[in-house]
Amino acid sequence: MSCGDCPDGRKFDLIKEFPEKTKQLNDFIDALDIGPDRNRNRGFLIESLHEAQHIFGYLPRSVQQFVADKLHLYLSEVYGVISFYSYFTDRPVGKYKISVCTGTACFVRGANAVLEEFKRLLVLENGETTPDRKFSLASLRCVGACSLAPVVMVNDQVYGKVTAKMVADIINECK
Amino acid sequence: MINLTINNMPVKVRKDSTILAAARKIGIKIPTLCHFELDCFSFEHRIGSCRICVVEVEGRRNLAPACCTPVAEGMVVKTNTLRAINARRTILDLILSDHPKDCLTCEKNGDCELQHLAGEMDLHHVLYEGKMSEYQLDLSCDAIVRDLDKCIMCRRCQSACNDVQTVGVLSGIGRGFRAVVGPADLMPLNESTCVFCGQCVIACPVGALTEQNCRYKVWRALNSGKHIIVQTAPAVRVAIGEAFGMRPGTVATGQLVAGLKLLGFDKVFDTDFAADLTIMEETTEFIERLTKNENLPILTSCCPGWVKFLEHQFPELLYMPSTAKSPQQMFGAIAKSYYAEKMGLKPEDVIVVSVMPCLSKKYEASREEFSPNGIRDVDIVISTRELANMFQEAGIQLNKLEPREYDHPLGESTGAAVIFGVTGGVIEAALRTAADWLSEKELKDVNFTAVRGSAGLKEATVKVAGIDVKVAVCSGLGNARRVLEKIRNGEARYHAIEIMACPGGCLNGGGQPYIHGDSSVLEKRAAAIYKADVDLPIRKSHENPYIKKLYAEFLGEPGSHLAHRLLHTSYKARGHLCEVKND
Repeated sequence: MSCGDCPDGRKFDLIKEFPEKTKQLNDFIDALDIGPDRNRNRGFLIESLHEAQHIFGYLPRSVQQFVADKLHLYLSEVYGVISFYSYFTDRPVGKYKISVCTGTACFVRGANAVLEEFKRLLVLENGETTPDRKFSLASLRCVGACSLAPVVMVNDQVYGKVTAKMVADIINECK
Repeated sequence: MINLTINNMPVKVRKDSTILAAARKIGIKIPTLCHFELDCFSFEHRIGSCRICVVEVEGRRNLAPACCTPVAEGMVVKTNTLRAINARRTILDLILSDHPKDCLTCEKNGDCELQHLAGEMDLHHVLYEGKMSEYQLDLSCDAIVRDLDKCIMCRRCQSACNDVQTVGVLSGIGRGFRAVVGPADLMPLNESTCVFCGQCVIACPVGALTEQNCRYKVWRALNSGKHIIVQTAPAVRVAIGEAFGMRPGTVATGQLVAGLKLLGFDKVFDTDFAADLTIMEETTEFIERLTKNENLPILTSCCPGWVKFLEHQFPELLYMPSTAKSPQQMFGAIAKSYYAEKMGLKPEDVIVVSVMPCLSKKYEASREEFSPNGIRDVDIVISTRELANMFQEAGIQLNKLEPREYDHPLGESTGAAVIFGVTGGVIEAALRTAADWLSEKELKDVNFTAVRGSAGLKEATVKVAGIDVKVAVCSGLGNARRVLEKIRNGEARYHAIEIMACPGGCLNGGGQPYIHGDSSVLEKRAAAIYKADVDLPIRKSHENPYIKKLYAEFLGEPGSHLAHRLLHTSYKARGHLCEVKND
């Protein structure tokens, strides 16, 4: 099983590779009220992971271990939280994060065909990232824009009433 | 005190009791699954996740989980109403809907709490059928097998791993149908910081965590025509009888030897002999460090789980443990040198089998430093449970055998060696020898009772030949961590510390017969070990005549060059992360 540091199987330690980013995360956690009490420190885990993902883009094992050590928690506990919340990812995410809504409204209006078209054109499975780390593809449940169903989001941009035919154009817009 | 009634019977219990504890007090059994308790270590896992213990409480709309609902004054509880029973059946049904039904061939067959429960609850078919979990079997390490398809998410292993042992390898991961208990990223155990203590195996109610089966290797070796010898650890003799209907706490040494001879071993030897040898080497090292007053405290090094824990978690303290190998490995080294030579055999033509109360011993025997010239000192390690299983398969009824004696020369041992199986035993054995050596006279009262008892951390100052020796005894790695942190921060000072990974010592090892939370069994095993000590004519390691002979004929003296080459080892820092391989 890959530890998710790199999609091509090559592994490296993000913490050693990016001392500036590591310092940023370190300073953030140091500013929290961390003590020797593990049970109390658990309360700071989610915000620390939020910040870590914001800084590094994703949470590979080296970053998880760094956060675990800072909070005196176990690696397995940290991974437990990451694997519970779909927001967190231990795999690198592409420059363009394509999210296809498959919530009820989008689903009945043909979101599946849209998702299939993205998969076909990007040669990706749901939840994967292209080797050049340009595109990530994921499905999500309801972004709260059901009147525009089916909805696709590319990073923060929303596309409404998407059909399979529009998919190629959406991809081409990503430069 | 609180008064309540359960099934119309009045009961008075302490304020902090649960309904479950109150019911037990008056002999009412409420089924449990995720609940796990070991009284003698004041440990209770009451997560309330399985809901199999639900009962009716008057005035409460929903059923209450008995294991984690506190009692209240005037509470009226009914445990056997149709509503409670039906709810339990539904819960069991739902658990079974994602649990393999291969009980007949499961490693845990006959020892599975889920299986017992299904029997007790009169369940005749499984109502719900649907998707089943499909995980890869984790066979990565030499000690423990993880079969997550069987996991019922009770998290007893997580509690043992994180709260008791503070090893922190197992956690609940994922969500919904994909939730499971395992290491981060579901990495193979051998890549994790797991120390293979096996407390998770002891805690698992089902077959999700079991030992690596090495029985087939022993059967094959027994039929290979090679010279095959076996060693038995101290804690095995006080537990194996349990698998044959003997009362817990029965010392079955003679029957154990008889059984092993019937299985076909050429010689039946005792790890206790090597425990005496360990005391010779370790005490020599201790006295040297004590008189020079350097590198103190000395930490015992018999427990491979504890050694691996130290290598991962406290790499800066690696100078502290004694360099003496564990008794298992000393036995192997002597068997493949001194003994093989005596028998006129090449080391590779002697097969050494160990019977251990421990799963980490399987891992220890596979450590590369214990395979000089590529030949393992200890070839195969099986647990107490595995040996019981082999006896059963061979039709050997231990309880009906006439006791027999260990063979010579590696079968003679002392009371000091047998107490290695209980927490405090190694330090007591070392003190018996140290006292004689330091004072140059014979100690009359050999009982150092201050280091006995099941407490997880014991401290004592013992007068040895006029010196106040400050010792500590830890069992359970959580206790070890607390003591080591104090030492690292300069908050505590000791001369010697004994550490055993399993709470209570080896008698509660990961390879012992399952006790299903009945900790009175552990107390009986401990009492049996001290009885075995008293019953032996010689109770000090250095008075073992065969040990004296071994030094006279072969090793020279304790700490000699040859002794160092054969009987000592070194440790390496292992760190948190597995080694990252570039491929």
